[in-house]
Amino acid sequence: MNRRRFLPVLPILTLLVMLGPVLAGLWGTLLPAFGHLPAAGLTGPSLDPFRDLFDWGGLPRAVMLSITTGLLATAISLAIVMLVTAGWSGTRPFRALERLLSPLLSVPHAAAAFGLAFLIAPSGWMSRLMSPGLTGWDRPPDLLIVQDTWGLTMTAGLIVKEVPFLLLITLAALGQADAQRSVTISQALGYGRLTGWLKTVFPRVYAQIRPPIYVVLAYSMSVVDVAVILGPNTPPSLSVQIVKWMSDPDLAMRLEGAAGALLQLGLVIGALAFWRLGEVVVASLGRRWIASGSRGKFDPVVAQLALFAGASSALTVLLGLVVLVIWSFAGFWGFPDPFPDTFTLRNWMRFGPGTLDALGETALIALTVAFVALILTIGCLEAEYRFGLSFSQRAVWLLYLPLLIPQTAFLPGLQTLMLNVGADVGRLPVILAHLVFVLPYVFLSLADPFRAWDTRMGTIAAALRASPNGVLWRVRLPMLLRPVLTALAVGLAVSVGQYLPTLLIGGGRVATLTTEAVALASGGDRRAIAVYGLMQTGAALVPFALALLLPALVWRNRRGLRHG
Amino acid sequence: MDKGLSLRNVTISKGGTPLLSVTHDIKPGEVLTVMGPSGVGKSTLLAFITGTLAADFRATGEVWLDGHNITQAAPHQRRVGILFQDDLLFPHLSVGANLAFGLQPGGSAAERKAKIDEALEEVGLSGFADRDPATLSGGQKARVALMRMLLSEPCGLLLDEPFSRLDAALRAQVRDMVFDRARARELPVLMVTHDADDAHATGGVIITLGG
Repeated sequence: MNRRRFLPVLPILTLLVMLGPVLAGLWGTLLPAFGHLPAAGLTGPSLDPFRDLFDWGGLPRAVMLSITTGLLATAISLAIVMLVTAGWSGTRPFRALERLLSPLLSVPHAAAAFGLAFLIAPSGWMSRLMSPGLTGWDRPPDLLIVQDTWGLTMTAGLIVKEVPFLLLITLAALGQADAQRSVTISQALGYGRLTGWLKTVFPRVYAQIRPPIYVVLAYSMSVVDVAVILGPNTPPSLSVQIVKWMSDPDLAMRLEGAAGALLQLGLVIGALAFWRLGEVVVASLGRRWIASGSRGKFDPVVAQLALFAGASSALTVLLGLVVLVIWSFAGFWGFPDPFPDTFTLRNWMRFGPGTLDALGETALIALTVAFVALILTIGCLEAEYRFGLSFSQRAVWLLYLPLLIPQTAFLPGLQTLMLNVGADVGRLPVILAHLVFVLPYVFLSLADPFRAWDTRMGTIAAALRASPNGVLWRVRLPMLLRPVLTALAVGLAVSVGQYLPTLLIGGGRVATLTTEAVALASGGDRRAIAVYGLMQTGAALVPFALALLLPALVWRNRRGLRHG
Repeated sequence: MDKGLSLRNVTISKGGTPLLSVTHDIKPGEVLTVMGPSGVGKSTLLAFITGTLAADFRATGEVWLDGHNITQAAPHQRRVGILFQDDLLFPHLSVGANLAFGLQPGGSAAERKAKIDEALEEVGLSGFADRDPATLSGGQKARVALMRMLLSEPCGLLLDEPFSRLDAALRAQVRDMVFDRARARELPVLMVTHDADDAHATGGVIITLGG
């Protein structure tokens, strides 16, 4: 009976947990940005923080970096995913990419960024494999490849991680777009496979995947961990600089940081508006293109190029992991040698114990967050089923809100707010902060399979006199074991990968694998980085493997639940 | 106490458009068939009786079962059994566990197992208790679904196009099996179908909806 009163309030509670910290954080950013920070003995309002911000010499470059990396990473990864899907969906190479999807997705951004750095740095694996034979180098060339001034390597690091994400959501959208028949019809009308897909399926798919694309744009503009590892230093990107200001022992620097955070928010909103405008332009050009009736002469070439780009992107992440593995076992590895002289366990012996402490902290936080998120999500979906309490179409955007507002815009505010009210930093606030980012992903992951469940099963079970809770526990959840575990794994992976919430809300006192790994970036000890990066990858990857394995094992004698 | 299933001034509408209105008493052992093309709301009538009508429909009137007004009762307390055109056996449970799900609580484990074995034997499926339902043929699944429903001891039976997925040879056989058992247990039966053959096989009253 208790549950009956509890269930209907769950959707509200979930929204509160998800949006409360975002709104509080924005408020906490707004006040110091206008000079109000009682903890530092300052009261506003004043425009001094903004004056200081605009006096900072690095600002124009930092702003440009935020805009170019965001727009480029989003546009390029979207183009790769759309063209690969258009040219290859249903074919063997495409299925190979699909199979790589889960592992590629679960590699945390930081680990992928380290892998990329170890691959393409002047002293990286590529350069070693080609030297001195192809290049003539017998020492690393003096080139600024990683952390280049233009942020190109950082953009590449974002692209290789956003491609699998966009591919995943595209696959989900394809299921509802009736793509295959549209392509068959257009091919019968003489259109190339790729052109036919772009002209008939793309508009429907794009309408569906628009919110996650905006998420990718907002994320790429304001990312911190990837920027610390691959982005330029002097000046760094705006978000990295905000974090520097916020971590300064001088509390007054927080005012400038808060002003920067508001600017970052403004930049993201501006870029989203610009992207929306771009959509209108592309739509109008597209309509003209469709009306022209062109059948797609260059389809084969474009499709080959797209496949090359998509495969390169996937390969980069995988080779990055390989080079991490090599470094983690490397003894002495002199420059142009393609492999280390010796392989040794010493690196693991040396850094292993430290990673285990961080792994414990990471697992404790991730498991708590993922389970809470899963319970809230199932509660919301079940309330929707029993009482018809569903998010309206517009309210679905609320789910994306925590992912659309840049982390650097509200997390510093949340930290400042906690400072003002004297709340302690530490594990519990970190858990609550992680929940903000984990909940949307867990919800989005579980919602479709949960709703797709045949409700006649529920009618049958109720007719067999099973109570609503009995239907949920004895029929629905067991049948949905695979998607439930997948949602849990998604939640774990998202929590494992969180850098900024752990760093800022933990006050530097909560050490997870991700914060430790990113902290190693400036030191440049490749062996330590490799060990931490691999542990971080493992922490995200193992749950995914279990989510695949367990249902197959539990339901090994139930054919009706395979591939379900 | 009136035994049987009574629909009293039941009307269902969607968005202000009336779909159907029915008033009828179904006596124990009798079959009422509701016919009509798809889309006239036949299945909605069954959803109203099982208490699972979707929120966008509006319904008035009352449903009485064995002298109780069940119109407002929770779906799992109505004691109305239902069979759909798909068997809808729970895919995560074995055939025996599916039957155990239907069987009312009570009795020792051995007694319950005996009842399940007896039910399987009744429909010629002895020894099927540990099978995965997905490995059964269409006719076998239909029989398990029927026995699962009967083991829950319903006081009335609803059939939603129950035979339309079966091929012609099986159809008559399964149909007879269902009606025989409903008659033996003196259950009032309400069937919706668009198949005239099924309708006439019942030998009961036929209501036709939607012109």
